[in-house]
Amino acid sequence: MLDTLIMYLQYPFVRYAVIVGVLIALCSSLLGVTLVLKRFSFIGDGLSHVAFGAMAVASVAGLTNKLLIVLPVTVISAVLLLRSGQNTRIKGDASVAMISVGALAFGYLIMNLFSTSSNLSGDVCSTLFGSTSILTLTLREVRICIVLSVIVVVIFVLFYNKIFAVTFDESFAKAAGVRTERYNLLIAVVIAVIIVLAMNLVGSLLISALVIFPALSAMRVQRSFKSVTICSAVLSVLCALIGIAVSILGGTPVGSTIVAVDVAVFIICYSLGKIRGGIGV
Amino acid sequence: MALITVKDLSIGYESKVVLKDISFIVNEGDYLSIVGENGAGKSTLMRTILGLQPPLKGEIAFGEGLRQNEIGYLPQQTSIQKDFPASVWEIVLSGCQARCGMRPFYGKGEKLIADTNISRMGISDLKTRCFSELSGGQQQRVLLARALCATRKLLLMDEPVAGLDPDATSEMYRIIDELNRNGVTIIMISHDLEAATRYSSNILHIGKEFVIGGGVNA
Ligand SMILES: Nc1ncnc2c1ncn2[C@@H]1O[C@H](COP(=O)(O)OP(=O)(O)OP(=O)(O)O)[C@@H](O)[C@H]1O
Ligand SMILES: [Mg+2]
Repeated sequence: MLDTLIMYLQYPFVRYAVIVGVLIALCSSLLGVTLVLKRFSFIGDGLSHVAFGAMAVASVAGLTNKLLIVLPVTVISAVLLLRSGQNTRIKGDASVAMISVGALAFGYLIMNLFSTSSNLSGDVCSTLFGSTSILTLTLREVRICIVLSVIVVVIFVLFYNKIFAVTFDESFAKAAGVRTERYNLLIAVVIAVIIVLAMNLVGSLLISALVIFPALSAMRVQRSFKSVTICSAVLSVLCALIGIAVSILGGTPVGSTIVAVDVAVFIICYSLGKIRGGIGV
Repeated sequence: MALITVKDLSIGYESKVVLKDISFIVNEGDYLSIVGENGAGKSTLMRTILGLQPPLKGEIAFGEGLRQNEIGYLPQQTSIQKDFPASVWEIVLSGCQARCGMRPFYGKGEKLIADTNISRMGISDLKTRCFSELSGGQQQRVLLARALCATRKLLLMDEPVAGLDPDATSEMYRIIDELNRNGVTIIMISHDLEAATRYSSNILHIGKEFVIGGGVNA
């Protein structure tokens, strides 16, 4: 089995897929804790649908670099959703639902109307659930992914303490003079970038899983913010590696395989937490 | 010297006015207790003073020498997330965040302040424990230590003794009293009228129909 894997690793496209998979898994796990605890998960979900709509527009427009449309649209939506979410909670939820379902329908509609592709449902399916087999990425895409991932990680490390303060108790931080709006904005923008990145790997419907499961798993077994963050990053990268390996060996779709591994790890961590007597949800 | 001057203030939410035409002054070194029944608008008043929500009308002026990043706040317990994974040390240290400005990491100075306040609250042995696994009284001490990291001048506390046993309650009052003696101005929301009259220098009673400033230079 190991031999087969090593044999596969000789191919550049497999190596690219592994590099991109690990980077995306790392980035998406970092803000997972914040997303879960700030009850921002719904924004992540909404954004992934928006990214799908933007992706549809980009494919129909025949752009070679779809990121040019998808990234700005998703970032702007993130900022707008955050605004609406802050004003009043209920209206915020409704607007997220509206935008996300609207973007999904709109995306599918224009793909249907204007797509010249012969395999339309295949295209839609891979945008929603990630590519069916191992990713085939160009060197350019790999480079973009590396640059964006490094930016995300550096921002996260530099703003780690501020993100903690804003996540744990926004009112206190604001009262003490921390510019919480700024950091909320930063968090939203970084989430948008992560979602656009992760869309390549797992498709837009499964992104939330990639973001949230490692954080939930880590929260079962760790007790401080720092250890939860590190643990969720490690788990996420491991799950991605295992998922990619399984998908190569078994020929399964890479995105859903990774998510399946994430779910399995969550179940393990959940049981471990129960045995040790953890924080109950 | 007037630290906070509240003038003709109306507070509430969007279309709903909770309290109107409140005026009072808090001087440096004061110990002000805010009392009133559930839903009277005590927490809303405090959040408005802190700038967490906009006033509907009127103004709140801060005296010279008090900048926004010098206010310590102890929120009403319900506003803290119960299952948050964070250690006591991480939480207390986060009280120093505003001191950092744009600096990304905490320096020696901030760590020293956090350490000092942790021992001041008598929770040194809890430093590495997980916040959500502590008892209510221990949690209150942690949050008070955090608030102290944020200020040397002004502490706003929303029901700091809610949920504490009698011993922990009197201990908490003792700690707050000591802080006040050391020059920290205190604004505290309380349902404990007896303790409020015993410890505080001024009492602000707010109710649905009236605002009475007992001993407050209104
Ligand atoms: N987010 C909100 N939106 C609309 N109305 C609110 C909101 N929060 C509180 N209120 C209302 O404002 C009024 C004052 O609430 P507040 O929390 O200030 O009361 P309180 O005096 O602190 O009460 P307690 O003693 O129970 O803490 C209440 O009638 C409450 O229903
Ligand atoms: Mg209250």
